[in-house]
Amino acid sequence: MGEKIKKKVKTIKIDLEKCNGCRACEVICSAFHASPKYSSNNPARSRVRMIRDPIKDIYVPVYAGEYAPAECMGRDVYVIDGKEYGECDFCRAVCPSRDRFKEPDSGLPLKCDMCEGEEEPLCVKWCITDALTCEEREEEVEEEEKPADMDIALESLVEKHGLEKIADAVARMSKKG
Amino acid sequence: MRYGETGYNLEIDLATGNIERVETDPKMTELHLGGLGTNAKILWDRVPPETDPFSPDNILMFSTGLLCSTPAPGANRTIVTTYSPQTLFMGYSMMGGVFAPELKFAGYDKLIFRNKSPNLVYIWIHNDKVEIRDATHLKGKGAVETQELVRKEVGDPDAQVAAIGLAGENRVYMASIEQGRSSASRLGVGAVMGDKGIKAIAVRGTKDINVARPEEFYQLCNEVLQYIKFREERPIPNVMTILQGLGSPQEMKHTDEKWHTENFMWGNARTRRKDFWNDEIEKRWKDVQLSARKRLISCYNCPMKCGAILSLPGMSTYMMKCFSKLTYTMAAYVDDLDFAFRIAQRATEYGVDGFSTPQVMAFAFELKDAGILTDKDFAGTSAYEACPSDNMGRFYWILDRIARREGIGDILANGTYWAAKEIGNGAEEYAHNNIKKHEQLPLKLGMLNPVYFLMYATGEKANITQIEGQFPQAPFMTMEEREEFIKDWIQVPDEKFKQYVLDWEPRGERSNPYYPTPEIATDIVDWQEMMHFIDDALGVCAGLSSFPLKPPYHIHNYPKFISAATGMDIDEEGLKEIYRRNRNLVRAINVRRGLTRADEKPPQDHWKKRFPELEEKLLDTYYEFKGWSNNGIPRKETLDKLGLEYVSEDLTKRGILTDDEETPAKEASAQK
Repeated sequence: MGEKIKKKVKTIKIDLEKCNGCRACEVICSAFHASPKYSSNNPARSRVRMIRDPIKDIYVPVYAGEYAPAECMGRDVYVIDGKEYGECDFCRAVCPSRDRFKEPDSGLPLKCDMCEGEEEPLCVKWCITDALTCEEREEEVEEEEKPADMDIALESLVEKHGLEKIADAVARMSKKG
Repeated sequence: MRYGETGYNLEIDLATGNIERVETDPKMTELHLGGLGTNAKILWDRVPPETDPFSPDNILMFSTGLLCSTPAPGANRTIVTTYSPQTLFMGYSMMGGVFAPELKFAGYDKLIFRNKSPNLVYIWIHNDKVEIRDATHLKGKGAVETQELVRKEVGDPDAQVAAIGLAGENRVYMASIEQGRSSASRLGVGAVMGDKGIKAIAVRGTKDINVARPEEFYQLCNEVLQYIKFREERPIPNVMTILQGLGSPQEMKHTDEKWHTENFMWGNARTRRKDFWNDEIEKRWKDVQLSARKRLISCYNCPMKCGAILSLPGMSTYMMKCFSKLTYTMAAYVDDLDFAFRIAQRATEYGVDGFSTPQVMAFAFELKDAGILTDKDFAGTSAYEACPSDNMGRFYWILDRIARREGIGDILANGTYWAAKEIGNGAEEYAHNNIKKHEQLPLKLGMLNPVYFLMYATGEKANITQIEGQFPQAPFMTMEEREEFIKDWIQVPDEKFKQYVLDWEPRGERSNPYYPTPEIATDIVDWQEMMHFIDDALGVCAGLSSFPLKPPYHIHNYPKFISAATGMDIDEEGLKEIYRRNRNLVRAINVRRGLTRADEKPPQDHWKKRFPELEEKLLDTYYEFKGWSNNGIPRKETLDKLGLEYVSEDLTKRGILTDDEETPAKEASAQK
């Protein structure tokens, strides 16, 4: 267990009423996380996605959260101001029930990192309609070591296929060079 | 690797079902950029000028622009190109929305359709997987309804769908292609889509679009966003409200319609109602608009909110932008915004152009009042009731007839020009608001404005809102106002434009129609055209560029955008040359189909005060500036200098380009 420390936590406030559905958040997120930075654009790689159904006036930007190895039981419907939302519409999980928040080529899970190193998350910077704003608050958290991107990716693969299979695959691939 | 573009077109032969992914020549991007430019090149190369718009040989293209799907704000336009059944010239209609970005993410710069499908079909494009699917079950379905049905059928909520309604299926000349909150509605592109048997196109893409110089491109995008913010906080003073900001006219946001209702014409572009707007109407209209409007919405990657979701009790939801809000109700002489939104909903489902269609409808009732059409034309049949007599009822009735091509509607469905010809008996006089056979905005003004005269006369798009922009529409009243305006006017291609604004007076020697002089008017029009042509090649919305005053995109930052996106090194001069090449190619396509000086006429009643000699001088000066003959035909040296030798050769072979400019150009066969 790590030590308790005070930490400033950045949070994003999402005002659905202000959203005009333009998807600039997706645009800049996928560009920022491209390698090299800004070299390519592809909303399918974005760690924020618009749940968007214009005819029903449904506009929900959702951020990529934890990887979930299995579907949940959530099939409930929320009615807000007369509009019906599926439970999934607000869910951050990267789960087998949908394509969201998975790299389109590898299927590996994506996760919002609040654009570490930037003054504010770029989705907030590019949302000049102010549907997305950034708020900072102080929180007491336990210090922990942050797993690297590779660890997160591998962990999810291990969850899916089991450690043995993954180890075998890595061994095979190293042999091929 | 290709930058900015995908480097592939998707070619579909609807007769054989053959589908090919074809790599494009990067040289074409260097010469024409993309969008409108490369569309024009393909149309010139592949479709002979004799081709009837409804011939299987006509092609229908859906093109993205060069900057679509990059992070450049507002780069989302789809440029639809074909030969127009109405004007018979090149029809290029455009739409915003999300279609073009999605197409590019699927891996294609353009969709090119040739031939016709024997049955109604829809196309489902999911990255490399492309299917032509049966659409007989969608026959007769509304354009908005179809988008929802197809999205469900392909099972992907992120698929973007462009669809036609019944009007497109019936080849109504005013038929539009609807997609989200946008539509490509001018020049009959929906009729050609219907003729080809395509009910809808659904597309979903999850591939990357690359830019060549990422950091530089990102900074340019940031500058544009910052400038949009800056402009949103600083509306331009001393011009009317709808011209103060960016975007297309903010019809969904503003509820004050005094200016439109009192300055635009009612009926068949006939009556000005100077005292229309009052407190009671203002209150009622505001209530209707605010209760119908669920949300202000934008197109892909654009912070503006030019459109809205509209939902009225008892009818399905639809989306609207711009001036369709008023065109139907004003054409019908109905003082009720609720009717305006309701009839526009039906028209959107039918998929018709909100500019032309209301005028065609009002034209029908003028002909009835004049005794040219009779009660017989408005009678009922076993299939439908007779035309009601009230203004609302009869407008719904005639809309139904036109979209369904029933009775008199079958003739009216070809637009006022062709309908008048067919009806005869003096009907031509009532088709009074056309340029190149195409209905124009219902505006009738007093004094001739030389800049607008030229834009109306020579604009290939035959739609003023897609030709005008950048330069103030009217002179500022005082010198202080003019100085204030030019102070931070960074968009001008040359300092001389500032002087033109300073010198332009509301009255006296330096006022309309003699100032701006023909030379100055030509300069101004050339700048406006240049920006529209560049936007249409890049796929950037005119609302952030060529249309509003002081936009974020301009001739000074565009070369940087193109260079950083594609890696081609283009400077301002290079970009201007591409513009001239595209402008001349579009002109040559139309000249080859019979366009001459005689076609370049704004409606006779557009201005009360006309100046025939000055107008001829304006056209002469403009043509000369462009390097065209006095018949509006690009000269050999003009074309050759732009690398369009193949065009000048072809025009010479056809006898359209002659050494002797006095010889009238040969009539092209497409002219009926």
